[in-house]
Amino acid sequence: MDNLAKEGASQQNKYDFEKIASTPEFKQLMKAKKKFLVPVSAVFLFLYFLLPILTSYSTILNTPAIGAISWTWVYSLSLFIMTWVLCMVYVKRAARYDKMAEALIEKYNQGDKSL
Amino acid sequence: MSGVGLLLFVLIVGLTLVITYWAAKRTKTASEFYTAGGGLTGWQNGLAIAGDYLSAASFLGIAGAIALNGFDGFFYSIGYLVAYLVVLYIVAEPLRNLGKYTIADMITARFDQKKVRAVAALSTITIVIFYMIAQLVGAGALIQLLLGIDYWVAVLLVGVMMTTYVLFGGMTATSWVQITKAVLLMIGTVVISFLVLAKFNFSIFTMFSEMKTLTPLGEDYLNPGVKYKVPLDTISMMAALVLGTAGLPHILMRFFTVKDAKTARSSVVTATWVVGIFYILTIFLGFGAAAFVGSEDIIAANAAGNMAAPLLAKALGGDFLMSFVSAVAFATILAVVAGLVLSGASAFAHDIYGQIIKKGQITEKQQMLAARYASISVSILSIILALFAQKMNVAFLVSLAFCVAASANLPVILYTIYWKKFNTAGAVTGMLTGLFTALVLVAISPNVLNPVAGAAILVGDPIFPLTNPAIVSIPAGFIGAYIGTVVANRHNEKKYAEVMVKANTGVK
Repeated sequence: MDNLAKEGASQQNKYDFEKIASTPEFKQLMKAKKKFLVPVSAVFLFLYFLLPILTSYSTILNTPAIGAISWTWVYSLSLFIMTWVLCMVYVKRAARYDKMAEALIEKYNQGDKSL
Repeated sequence: MSGVGLLLFVLIVGLTLVITYWAAKRTKTASEFYTAGGGLTGWQNGLAIAGDYLSAASFLGIAGAIALNGFDGFFYSIGYLVAYLVVLYIVAEPLRNLGKYTIADMITARFDQKKVRAVAALSTITIVIFYMIAQLVGAGALIQLLLGIDYWVAVLLVGVMMTTYVLFGGMTATSWVQITKAVLLMIGTVVISFLVLAKFNFSIFTMFSEMKTLTPLGEDYLNPGVKYKVPLDTISMMAALVLGTAGLPHILMRFFTVKDAKTARSSVVTATWVVGIFYILTIFLGFGAAAFVGSEDIIAANAAGNMAAPLLAKALGGDFLMSFVSAVAFATILAVVAGLVLSGASAFAHDIYGQIIKKGQITEKQQMLAARYASISVSILSIILALFAQKMNVAFLVSLAFCVAASANLPVILYTIYWKKFNTAGAVTGMLTGLFTALVLVAISPNVLNPVAGAAILVGDPIFPLTNPAIVSIPAGFIGAYIGTVVANRHNEKKYAEVMVKANTGVK
């Protein structure tokens, strides 16, 4: 680890970050991520906050849903299922983002860096 | 305490010491000390995250809260779990790609200035101290109940153990103590839940319908509103839970223990499954305790309900199961406080001493020495504070920790990764605004000021009506960061391009 400084210096010359950021591939990656992460995050946060809002300001969820189990519990357990499902969906998506990122870095490494 | 109980305690303490001895031989560099050399696999780190996260407040606190307040106790379980989506979607991967040992590393990857690092370290230390006092005071009270030893002996016992793990075994020992604890906790929880379900003839429907008559609350037991009657307070608490996790230093630090963003991602997935299953099972712990122990006995043992799970274990499986559950609770406390010591020490030794005072000009040996001194200092400070805080109601310390994490850290983490125009001034004002808004609002809230003598720290009318200030302090953090950025009105696009590329591709 004593050669940390040296490593740092060589790393600084390795990539031109502005150039990578301006490639169409990188822009595409950011767009793909945004297109998924922003709406999905908005939806899960909305569904999450809807629970305390509904339970605080109404008794609508207190009605029975399945047998003795009320909608409050069904809604709450749905939030668990939502979390697991969105977790797995993201993993699938992210594998695609990984590939996009790998491809663009590989392309950059093969290209002429002085450009 | 029975002979079996003592044996189980000795076994758990012995096991963690063996882990520490083994880990000590693998802890020679600062990177090994802070991050276990970044060599954990996804599932190992996932279990360790679960072990770090499922504190005594989760295990004992939520079981008790559901036992006494029914559905309202379950709010915590929901918030603590959904928080992992925020961690996974927004924070985990960029954090892994940009940081080294601390949150400050990540923010200074974009704004390399001492004041940014200093403020980030300050907020980390604040969160760690509040969280730590809460854990230690809770641990002291709990072990006092479980083992029948004095409070100060219990605090010292936990304090010495956590210092030993961190001092000698660093992150490797801490991680494996957390993994061991996560496995034990899951076993204990699954066994109890199974026994509870068996009592209801393995029918969840029978359980729900019988719960309507088994508690003094009657049908209300299954409906929200037993404990949380102020709508804004409930929503505010839920905001702190779901957004706070993504700013907790001891959880975020865990992402530096894996080699890349991909592994960080898979560790969140493992953690989400483990933590989620655990939180589902808190229903059985709570319902079981309410049905087979009864709220009267639960409150008699501890007014906050913290003894619900051990008492339920006793009711279902006799002394042996109770001893096992108590030993698991003890392991739970140790695993969490060790993680806290480590993240506090990293802020002191790496951020403040190594990077600010020594400007990064520090040898490997000096780094290790600083890290160890910082660990001892953090431990001693926490032990002393916990000894003085014995009589304090600690519940608000935990909510304060989540609140500060959500208000001071999360806005700045988000802006650092996603906002092109964000700048140094914005980072500093954002963290300070979030931090102090949360602190001041809690100081004038019903947690501290209560007209009934003895109900809170001071007697008087609360100036701020909500017990949890998140609904005000989180927006304050975002607005503070925004205003600071706009007023200073300069930003470095080149640096942002670098941060964006690094965060999203993992190149160094």
